[in-house]
Amino acid sequence: MIQHIVAVVADPNTQWILAGCMLLGLCSGVVGCFSYLRKQSLMGDTLAHAALPGICIAFMLTGTKSLLLFLIGAGISGVIATFGIGWITRYSRLKSDAAMGIVLSSFFGLGIVLLTQIQHSSYGNQSGLDKFLFGQAASMIGADVYTMMIVCALLLTVCTLLFKELKLFAFDAGFARGLGYPTALLDQLLMLFIVIAVVVGIQAVGVVLVAALLITPAVSARYWTDRLGVMVVLAGLFGALSGALGTLLSSMVQNLPTGPLSVLSATALFGISVLCGPRRGVLTQAIRTARLRRSERARLRELSAGTMRKEAAS
Amino acid sequence: MNRMALEITGLSAAYQRKPVLSNATFGVEEGQLVGIVGPNGAGKSTLIKAALGLIPSLSGEVRVYGKPYKQQRRLIGYVPQRESVDWDFPTHALDVVMMGTYGRLGWFRRPGFKEKQFAMECLAKVGMADYAERQISQLSGGQQQRVFLARALAQDAQLYFMDEPFVGVDAATEKAIIELLQELKRQGKTVIVVHHDLSTVEEYFDSLLLLNIEVQAFGRTEEVFTRDNLQQTYGGKLAFLERERVSG
Repeated sequence: MIQHIVAVVADPNTQWILAGCMLLGLCSGVVGCFSYLRKQSLMGDTLAHAALPGICIAFMLTGTKSLLLFLIGAGISGVIATFGIGWITRYSRLKSDAAMGIVLSSFFGLGIVLLTQIQHSSYGNQSGLDKFLFGQAASMIGADVYTMMIVCALLLTVCTLLFKELKLFAFDAGFARGLGYPTALLDQLLMLFIVIAVVVGIQAVGVVLVAALLITPAVSARYWTDRLGVMVVLAGLFGALSGALGTLLSSMVQNLPTGPLSVLSATALFGISVLCGPRRGVLTQAIRTARLRRSERARLRELSAGTMRKEAAS
Repeated sequence: MNRMALEITGLSAAYQRKPVLSNATFGVEEGQLVGIVGPNGAGKSTLIKAALGLIPSLSGEVRVYGKPYKQQRRLIGYVPQRESVDWDFPTHALDVVMMGTYGRLGWFRRPGFKEKQFAMECLAKVGMADYAERQISQLSGGQQQRVFLARALAQDAQLYFMDEPFVGVDAATEKAIIELLQELKRQGKTVIVVHHDLSTVEEYFDSLLLLNIEVQAFGRTEEVFTRDNLQQTYGGKLAFLERERVSG
């Protein structure tokens, strides 16, 4: 087992995949915290699905697979999608969850149409593009990982610099606006972060599953702490750990996909958090209740014994 | 005559084309405790939010100490409704209070020792010093309201807007809050409070604004708080109110 892990980690190809998956988990874990606390967990899913047509169009126009171009394409279609959601909630009687559902599926439908077009036409360098649905971590190469590193570093730097602003915005946007902070801008920035996390993750995990890495590590981290700073760091670690576990597991057994395994690892971490988290964990609470019940029973026994003694004395 | 702390002229606002505040015009002198009273849906919170620029207004002008409010944000403190945020947010009481100092800090700068100490003083003023490190979801409703008040104190403002600060708090907290408001007034600060309990209006406020989409009456509480004015503001609901009112 240990030997195997050492062998896997020593393999340069796997090293890239491992690094890529961990970076992806780290980024989406950190960004996911803020979107979860903004009550926009579904936004990650919507933007992930909305990214697909943008990426396809970026590829069709340029004929190259480049993370930066995909980021621009996904960003543009993400902006259109968020405007669409905003427009629907403002001018119809629909609530935002329904609006997100409509936008998500129509963008995804368009994306699939474009993807099929690409596959059946003469674009040369299209290998791997069809993998964007469910991802293929094995297709990651050194250059991809370098780009991911730069993007992740930028994203983490901005999150650190703007930690105070993001916290205030996530907790009480109205108060933030009262203080003069441009909340519309912060909102757009958070959307941009989500789009970046999605694009970073698409190659490895695919548009369908990438939202899981935004939500699950953040929700898991919430079970372990009551401090936002700790939560963000933990979510990043959980995300990175999920990526690492996914890579290692898929390298051990033939025909196991890395991305989905990373998502399942994140789910396993979530399960552990739900059970064992201090204060909020299900098991922890059960144990605490049992203890309280026992001490309360003992106290009542003491009490009634005391009264009986008094009665006997009188 | 005192300086004018707040002058609002012709302020209107709407939600989805339905007017909820129409042509509000009034001015508040420095050092006053002002109550805003009116039935549900009368636009009380809207008035505050439009004045602070939290929602877009259709028309009107808001001046704070003689200048447009956008230039005077540092002079304004705000206590939103307690239910407007999720109290399960991962943070503690002191951290929330420190948010009041963010306006002075500006972008990127983190609150330091000075801000922390000031926030502790503000918590102490609302009697919550012992709860500084407490996770905010573990506070009672009254304690959460006090934390919001402490955050507004940490803004170190001259003019305070408070949206229903007495809703869902116990009697002890209500007393603590009103004492704090009177202390602010003694320091020459101006406090504008959205209020719904008619039985305490005369006791709490120097001036009163009766609102039902439009301003129905505004002036000294003893002059404005009359049966006719309330009848006009509340319409048919007054029969219920008369039963509620202790003093006749």
